[in-house]
Amino acid sequence: MSQGLQLDNLACTRGSRQLFGGLSLHIKPGDLLRVRGANGAGKTSLLRMLCGLLLPTDGQVVWRGKPLGVQRDRLGQDLIYLGHAAALKDELSPLENLFDACALNGHIPTPPAALAALQGAGLRGHERTASRRLSQGQRRRSALARLALSQNTPLWILDEPFNALDSAANAWLTRLIEDHLKNAGMVVLTSHQDMPIAAANQVDLTL
Amino acid sequence: MSAPPRLMTGLMVVLRRDLRVALRRRSDTFSTLIFFVMVVSLFPLGVGPEPQLLRTMAPGVLWVAAMLASMLSLPRLFADDHADGTLEQMLLSTYPLALLVLGKTLAHWVGSGLPLVLLSPVLALQFDLSASATGVLVLSLLLGTPILSLVGSMGAALTVGLRGSSVLLSLLVLPLTIPVLIFGAGAVEAHTAGLGVAGHFSLLGALLIVGLMAAPWVSAAALRISME
Repeated sequence: MSQGLQLDNLACTRGSRQLFGGLSLHIKPGDLLRVRGANGAGKTSLLRMLCGLLLPTDGQVVWRGKPLGVQRDRLGQDLIYLGHAAALKDELSPLENLFDACALNGHIPTPPAALAALQGAGLRGHERTASRRLSQGQRRRSALARLALSQNTPLWILDEPFNALDSAANAWLTRLIEDHLKNAGMVVLTSHQDMPIAAANQVDLTL
Repeated sequence: MSAPPRLMTGLMVVLRRDLRVALRRRSDTFSTLIFFVMVVSLFPLGVGPEPQLLRTMAPGVLWVAAMLASMLSLPRLFADDHADGTLEQMLLSTYPLALLVLGKTLAHWVGSGLPLVLLSPVLALQFDLSASATGVLVLSLLLGTPILSLVGSMGAALTVGLRGSSVLLSLLVLPLTIPVLIFGAGAVEAHTAGLGVAGHFSLLGALLIVGLMAAPWVSAAALRISME
């Protein structure tokens, strides 16, 4: 029985163009998978495939020994996916957005824990500001604050998490990811910048 | 019998979130209402002040106007969530997507259908509708407008992410809502003619129940396909 995430001969075709094919990988607890590639190489498609939002053209994704196709509906509690869009409602404050995101994932944080997560993300004083008044970097921080409350969710799939972050936030996020990896979590991320992340086992994949 | 509380949490989270968003962006509700008032008020101006004619027309006019007004905010039901990324998060939620969609549809009805129901008695005055006929009209709208939102959610889910989807959406949804129009407006006409309205209300109620049972699942499946 496999423990982690397995990619089995995965292929992706968008329109008439094949983005990648024959991709096989095994990510075990504590592993970091870094996906690199030029713009349009299929990084986001791969990430969306790993969380079941996109069906593979060929091959399959296996999570804990079972194909993703048969457990699409319950995978939600095992993974966090943060895509290009920050998944924030402009009208709501970071605190409200954080509550809703966590609640949809099946765990409702206590107010002090949520406030602490936002303050850790450097949003002290903006917890109740409408998200549309925040800068790009602050919106990014607000979305990422969810990770601080999700240490028990084994798989993190992050699409360009370091985008728009300043150096302080970079350090904060790196620490979050490193802690998660130490707790036998798994992280898949794409990133243009080469952020050094201490990982017991780092898998590099270039599309 | 009620669903396990854990499942309802997902529905409540989405319902509360969407109501909160609607409350902070009231322009959607207001434009729906103003459109409804405008369309309904144009008819007495256009056909002239003949009381008998207006009384006959009233149910049809109010119902058609309500249908068109509820189409206005429909394209944004999922499009906003699609644009800001929260739709993807709903697809990845631990709760069944159909229940989350039901929560969104309920919020849509509270934001666009319910205000029309509440405003309709005032507009019925322009058509010299009797008090009892107005009561029947309000009840028929109360039963019928949720069906419009439910049917609309299926169309909105199918067209999410398409460009210029709003016209397509109306073309998809309006034909499907014709039975609601017939029984909704028919109830008021039957009452005015001195016939019983129980049959019309039963049929509207049945449509509402079928819609509640089926539409969220259809919309959820459509969303999964649209988001590929």
